[in-house]
Amino acid sequence: MGHIGLLHFLTISCALFFIGVYGFLTRRNLITMLMSIELILNSVNLNFVAFNKFLFPHKLDGLFFTLFIITIAAAEAAVAIAIIINLYRNFRSIDVEDADNLKY
Amino acid sequence: MSLILLIPLLPLAVFVLIALAGRRHFPSLCGGLGTLALLVSFGLSAYVAYDYFFVAGKVNGAYQAIIPYKLQWLSFAPGLSIDLGLMLDPISVMMLVIVTLVSLMVHTYSLGYMKGEKRYATYYSFLALFTFSMLGLVLSANIFQMYVFWELVGVSSFLLIGFYFDKPSAVAAAKKAFIVTRFADLGFLIGILVLSWYSGSLDFPTLIHRLSTPGTELHNITAASFLGISALTWGLALVFIGGAGKSAMFPLHIWLPDAMEGPTPVSALIHAATMVVAGVFLVARLFPVYSVSDQAMGIVTWVGAFSSFFAAIIACTQTDIKRVLAYSTMSQIGYMMFSLGVSRYGGEHGLGYMASMFHLFTHAMFKALLFLGAGAVIHYVHSNEMGDMGGLRKHMPVTHITFLVACLAIAGIPPFAGFFSKEEILKAAYHASMPVYIMAVLTAAITAFYMFRLYFNIFWNKEFHGHGHDAHHGEAPASMKLPLLILGLCALFAGFVPFGNFVTSDGHPLAMEFDPLFSVTPVLLALAGILVARSLYYRQSQRPDRIAMSVKGLYQAAYHRFFIDEIYLFITKKVIFNLIGRPAAWIDRNIVDGAVNMAATVTGKISMAIKGAQSGKLQQYAAWFFAAMVGSVLVFIYLWK
Amino acid sequence: MEMSDIIFYIIAFVIIAGGVLAVTSRKIFRSAVFLLISLLGIASLYFFIDFEFIAAVQIVVYVGGIVVLLIFSIFLTHGSGADMPRPAPLRMVFSLLSVALGYALAMLFIREEVFVPSTLPAASLEVSSIGAQMLSTTEHGFVLPFELVSMLLLASMIGCIVIAIKIKLPPHPIVNDADEDAADHSLNQPLQTN
Repeated sequence: MGHIGLLHFLTISCALFFIGVYGFLTRRNLITMLMSIELILNSVNLNFVAFNKFLFPHKLDGLFFTLFIITIAAAEAAVAIAIIINLYRNFRSIDVEDADNLKY
Repeated sequence: MSLILLIPLLPLAVFVLIALAGRRHFPSLCGGLGTLALLVSFGLSAYVAYDYFFVAGKVNGAYQAIIPYKLQWLSFAPGLSIDLGLMLDPISVMMLVIVTLVSLMVHTYSLGYMKGEKRYATYYSFLALFTFSMLGLVLSANIFQMYVFWELVGVSSFLLIGFYFDKPSAVAAAKKAFIVTRFADLGFLIGILVLSWYSGSLDFPTLIHRLSTPGTELHNITAASFLGISALTWGLALVFIGGAGKSAMFPLHIWLPDAMEGPTPVSALIHAATMVVAGVFLVARLFPVYSVSDQAMGIVTWVGAFSSFFAAIIACTQTDIKRVLAYSTMSQIGYMMFSLGVSRYGGEHGLGYMASMFHLFTHAMFKALLFLGAGAVIHYVHSNEMGDMGGLRKHMPVTHITFLVACLAIAGIPPFAGFFSKEEILKAAYHASMPVYIMAVLTAAITAFYMFRLYFNIFWNKEFHGHGHDAHHGEAPASMKLPLLILGLCALFAGFVPFGNFVTSDGHPLAMEFDPLFSVTPVLLALAGILVARSLYYRQSQRPDRIAMSVKGLYQAAYHRFFIDEIYLFITKKVIFNLIGRPAAWIDRNIVDGAVNMAATVTGKISMAIKGAQSGKLQQYAAWFFAAMVGSVLVFIYLWK
Repeated sequence: MEMSDIIFYIIAFVIIAGGVLAVTSRKIFRSAVFLLISLLGIASLYFFIDFEFIAAVQIVVYVGGIVVLLIFSIFLTHGSGADMPRPAPLRMVFSLLSVALGYALAMLFIREEVFVPSTLPAASLEVSSIGAQMLSTTEHGFVLPFELVSMLLLASMIGCIVIAIKIKLPPHPIVNDADEDAADHSLNQPLQTN
């Protein structure tokens, strides 16, 4: 492993997390917002795996957590896509600024 | 003893029954129902009177106040409580008989007078309510209970004056009556508080005893003074203001003439015989306390004397027959008032008290008779004005004779009832105060004059050319003639009741002496008045108008009732409305409503300001979410210890 | 500087660059592809740590499932052609600022901690042992989350179908010839109120 320690992994996952947040706040297209969310989820996965590897190598809890997160992320992405498609059919647009029916 | 409770409760039961069920289910029976109940009540009252005066009442030769029932109602402090109770003493028993008798006559009369009226059942329910209230008032054992019934009587009067509520003048008259008496009742309430504060009790026997016999309470109340007048006088004067309002004494008399807008039987019952004497009754009830304070008695005397003279003058110029009778009522009540005022408590001094009560008794009879007769005339002629009447003696014989009897009674001609009671009053005034006596005698002369002016204008003067009430109908139905006859008999014979044996200031019998020498002056003056009236009004002539022209200013002033109504209107409009009403309305609209509106506006503005949080923009929510998350992290790591 | 370090830095660069490009690209397809690259980078990082199973799952599910799904949805919503509009400059600046601030904060917290690597022996990373632990009911077993996740997957599958389904109109009812000529065939007209 050399000089690569937990800190390096945490740095990457942190950076990825905030890149995902930036994308979520900035993007107007619903699908690109979904992509940003996937980035966030992945950063969390990386976090879990890193902790598992470096601090608790005798257990596999982090691995399982990551496994379940991936599964659930898949389910969630599928539902989100279904909603986006439904939204597109009703409003003819997937711009998030056009979906403001719940405003005052 | 439980029979006494039935006397007021029967009319109450009739009121509730008619109001709840009678109006819808058996409207035509309500009249008979009310009359029947009153008949029973009258019978019970007569029995109670017999029992009290002849069998059971006397203790040590004096009639005592008996309290058959008492129950505690509101308890403020261990010693201070408002109780509900019935009290029987000479004047309340006398009033029981009067009220039930006159009410019975009015109920019977209304069977004919109000026949065919759309709100017949409602009318009888109001009459029953009034009778109940008046009976409760006279039977009250407790000054606060009397106040409650006082107000109830005012309400019933309001309902009955405004009975024809689609006439704006009737509505205005009802409001006026209620407001003026209510305003007077403010004084009454303050007076009650003053008197009960010093005496420590609200019950009549206790209150009267403590404030009339020397002791700590009497000492305290006479020692305390405000603006140089003792608290006792203040209390009594305030109570008298309440009485003056209800009894239409000057200057609170303005409601009585207008109250004639109500149906005539109502005027007979309320505004002639029973409610308007409530003020006199109140002073009589508190008489031992009143006689302690000469100043209060002075007020009572002069207000009464002035009112009677004032009303007599106005009555000479009025053309509406009911208004004439209203002013005559005011005048006679003035007699009762000043008779009380010149009297003092105990033995010989109590002559005025006895005379006042006697006059109350006889006045009820002949005044009710006058009003019912006037009602019959109005029923026949369909107009209240004297100008539309004349020569009715041929068309309405029964009414004519009974009306004549009543006029002779009120003028004080022997042997009719009014003579005896007026004599006693004049005697009391003569022995107490000469100016009052002179005023009283002059008023008696003027009374005779205007009453006979009324009589001649209705039954003689000119011939009746109007269409009249249909020939087949005749004068009036039997239900209207019967009360006239009964009351006529009473007006004839009521004077012979030895009143002094029954009702006196201290309960001991007081002999009534008949002094021919003394009576000559008033009777001669009354006869003179009658003759003057006859000369002016027996036949149609120009003489009345010429006399009116010659005293034009005085005549105009009297005709316009001395502009008292206009003065009141001016005061209310210019002074009260402008100085008090307008600012109060401004405060209410701008400050009170403004505060509420401001709360609403502020809420609206806040809502407009924060509605941006509900923008529907997903990324805005996410941004806030993220910011809050970072903030929480900072808080939990750095600030949470 | 060892070889493994260099490899690590290269993979890290790929991940970050892919992520940045994914969120800033103007064309939506390119954004999806950059996302794919970033995810592949993460998978290789898993390989680097010897967590092969997770790396494989990442590639199969994320890259092979989710990104493909995203690309399908891009097709279905007809957005693949034109460039996407730029976000408002103000928004960009503020987002950048807040993200930078958040990153600095997080790094501050992380750097303060002293992480002592554990010296315990590594657990077995064989697929069979992972599977056995997943289905075991003993203390460190994950059978309950496993079952729940399977139910969740079923529910989300049904949900997706229901949300995205297109309902076709029922066919015309059969009518007589005489009425056929007079009958109104269009179903979109408002009710006649006479």
